[in-house]
Amino acid sequence: MAERSEELLERAEEHHAERVRARRGRPAQHPGPRAYVRIAVILGVITLAEVWIYYVDSLRFLLVPFLLAFSALKFSLVVLYFMHLRFDSRSFAALFVAGLALALTVFVVVLLIFGTFAG
Amino acid sequence: MTVEEHALEHAAPGHHEARTSTGLDNVKVGMWSFLASECLFFGALITTYLLYRGRTLLANGQPGPTPAEVYDIPFTSVSSFVLLMSSLTMVLALAAIQRGDHGRTRVWLLTTALLGATFIGGQVYEFTTFVNEGLSISSSPFGSAFFVLTGFHGAHVTVGILMLLTLFGLSMGGRLPTENARTVEMVGLYWHFVDIVWIVIFTLVYLIPSE
Amino acid sequence: MATTELAALRRGLLARPTATTGRLSWLTTVDHKRIGVLYGYTAFFFLLVGGIEALLIRLQLAGPNATVLSSDAYSQLFTMHGVTMIFLVVMPLGAAFFNYLLPLQIGARDVAFPRLNAFSYWLFLFGGVYLYSSVFLGGMPDGGWFGYAPLSEQDLLAHRMDFYALGLQIVGIASLVSAVNFIVTVINMRAPGMSLMRLPVFTWMTLVVAFLLLFAIPVIGIGLFQLMFDRLFGAVFFNPAAGGDPILWQHMFWLFGHPEVYILILPAMGIVSEVLPTFSGKPLFGYAAVVFAGVAIGFMGWGVWAHHMFTSGLGPVANSAFALSTMFIAVPTGIKIFNWLGTMWGGNIRFRTPMLFSIGFVAMFIIGGLSGVTHALVPSDYQQHDTYYVVAHFHYVLFGGALFGLFSGLYYWFPKLTGRMMSEGLGRLHFWLMLIGFNLTFAPMHILGLQGMPRRIYTYPDGMGWNFWNLVETVGAFTIAVSILVFMANWIVSRRRGAEAGADPWDARTVEWMTTNPPPPHNFDEVPVIHARDEFWHRKYAENEEGVPVPAVAGAADEDAEGSPIHMPNPSYFPLIAALGLPLVAWGLTFASAWLIGTGAVLVLAGLYGWALEPSSE
Repeated sequence: MAERSEELLERAEEHHAERVRARRGRPAQHPGPRAYVRIAVILGVITLAEVWIYYVDSLRFLLVPFLLAFSALKFSLVVLYFMHLRFDSRSFAALFVAGLALALTVFVVVLLIFGTFAG
Repeated sequence: MTVEEHALEHAAPGHHEARTSTGLDNVKVGMWSFLASECLFFGALITTYLLYRGRTLLANGQPGPTPAEVYDIPFTSVSSFVLLMSSLTMVLALAAIQRGDHGRTRVWLLTTALLGATFIGGQVYEFTTFVNEGLSISSSPFGSAFFVLTGFHGAHVTVGILMLLTLFGLSMGGRLPTENARTVEMVGLYWHFVDIVWIVIFTLVYLIPSE
Repeated sequence: MATTELAALRRGLLARPTATTGRLSWLTTVDHKRIGVLYGYTAFFFLLVGGIEALLIRLQLAGPNATVLSSDAYSQLFTMHGVTMIFLVVMPLGAAFFNYLLPLQIGARDVAFPRLNAFSYWLFLFGGVYLYSSVFLGGMPDGGWFGYAPLSEQDLLAHRMDFYALGLQIVGIASLVSAVNFIVTVINMRAPGMSLMRLPVFTWMTLVVAFLLLFAIPVIGIGLFQLMFDRLFGAVFFNPAAGGDPILWQHMFWLFGHPEVYILILPAMGIVSEVLPTFSGKPLFGYAAVVFAGVAIGFMGWGVWAHHMFTSGLGPVANSAFALSTMFIAVPTGIKIFNWLGTMWGGNIRFRTPMLFSIGFVAMFIIGGLSGVTHALVPSDYQQHDTYYVVAHFHYVLFGGALFGLFSGLYYWFPKLTGRMMSEGLGRLHFWLMLIGFNLTFAPMHILGLQGMPRRIYTYPDGMGWNFWNLVETVGAFTIAVSILVFMANWIVSRRRGAEAGADPWDARTVEWMTTNPPPPHNFDEVPVIHARDEFWHRKYAENEEGVPVPAVAGAADEDAEGSPIHMPNPSYFPLIAALGLPLVAWGLTFASAWLIGTGAVLVLAGLYGWALEPSSE
């Protein structure tokens, strides 16, 4: 029995190490400073675009969809790169997305009930 | 150091921290859970704002300040940009401490705190201006929703600044060794989260017109 | 302990305490078992308080035109009865079980963040103290436990609903903090081999509850903040005169409030899922189905909140959608019921006290569940809304359900806590008195409700046809009170003079019984390696060719493996200090005292800084 326990323990440890290695199969390293700066430049450019489109009257009908898309893009870039969700274990992403998706769903329903999007 | 290396190192026998079932760091799992919870927190505030942004009548039935009248988009764009760039300096601080470059770590930590403080300064200026223009927490539902939403965000930024300054002080005293890079990473996660909340607020509150 | 380590402990604001025995050590303890005990006794104290409030209510309603209570006192009592039973009794009693059992059930030495755990407890205690300080400071909250606006904003000079807004905020933070702690503990602190599908069902339900808390608390937190800003700082969120919308409060409240229902019931379901197999001598029927039903309840609990608001004019589309989702959520609950019945079917059932309470739970919960389904029918709900029918329904699920389950757990794990057995005779007396008293009290409420008796009225005129059943209910309520006295006597006597329990008094199945009763501070001398679901059972029994369990060969389980040094977290002053600050801030806000707010804030900050800089050994 003792041998069995030890064997199991060893197997569990091997399994654990394997999982860690498997996770390394994803982009292995957190990006370096240069990549971070590149992301920041993109973020800055999107912000400029947001403000620009806000002031262009001829694009008024596109304003809301574009703004939402830009915002989502900036949000994703920060989460994926600065917060490393692209590189870290998927469990963290799952946790965060659970909260985010739940919040989006229930609050959109609340606003629908109030008819906020109707007018 | 990636989290996997981190985990492997912590998995090594003899290390002071016990190995975890998933190989993931306890504090980091806790932090991501907390941030997931914060999504609901800010979700509720933003929902209230979206519901109330068109309700601008004063209690006496007179028209009160509307979003379009009070918002100063160029000003808020600049302060949004400042907060966005503080995310860059934050992640640079993390990269610095992970390579063991403590001088740079301190520089970037302090820069991040200063950028955050600049943002808060902008918010104080904005709030003062709005109050002078007749928009207050009690003037209309729009006022209540605006001040409480952006106020809670500002409170989050302020807590972040306190944590950054604490890290800076610890590092100055030599009490933030490379092994504690994880602490910087956790403060960073919090800081970036506060930044992405502002990304959403900037769009939904300021840029998208309310009519 | 090495001298360097000792020196390290002295660094920081206050030397880190090391004593783990003696009365004062309870203030600094980070041991999950002692924190569980603190939660348990505190919650039981509040159960007595909430119970006395209920008895006063029943005295007033025993006959028509009674004058035991004034209308004002009655409003305070029914409000605080609800607030107390939900936030200060059932939730923390659940937390007591999580704390005490969760690490033991997964083979861990403690929770992931022991100091955070102590912080949760102190916040809960101080939140309760703050809420009840209102008795001496102008009266208790009187706007109902769900504090509907604009009623909750009517009287700004009296501070009663300020206590509601800020008190619930504090206990909410306590729950949020412990939710993070338990999530990390279940995810990360399991013994080797304890895969997710080998977790005891109680641990599974704890995990689901922790996620529900994690996502539900922030929503009520915002609602309570908005109420606070309305009351204290002149905001107009829920003020219809100024353009605010009271219905928004209802959404915030029930977005939290319906998941909260499952936060209250799932711990009891977990307990029952441990007790029924043990006393039926069979594994839980359909383990995976029970677990997935629990998780499904967790998910679907988020899609039914508006069924509390059918009469608020949501419109036919929303009403229909929420009616459907409400009927659907009965499905996973039904799955659980059938699995529990399947567990008992053909089992070798021993009717000991924990088993009686668990069976009582299943029976009473079925009644409460069925009356719940009747609320899903919108036209029927219009008729039942705000009548005693609703009061009957939720007492069947929260008292007949949650509280029966929790009592089952108290009897079941009493030997674990004390090393002694509770008296079977008194236990049976407690059970039957409580079952009879409970049904006398709450079954007639169905009838009264359908006859149109509204909730929250402090008296009623003669000649409505309500007199008889109201009197019966009052008799029932006092029968429950007697049963609680029997329980307390049993507990107090058995703690000192109960029969020795030995290591495995119930022939139990799960890992927490693999250590001594009571367990040592480090729980397990050697962290167990898990090979199966119901690990302990499998170590005790093997199956013969016909699949009948036979005792396993002796000595198979225990090995004196070489022990590695056990490192336990040190106690700490700081959770207590940081938690002490929050009620001070709350009193300061209530009475507009900058001095109190400042002192509280300094305490919180000092506590948190001391905490963060304290030489970590957890």
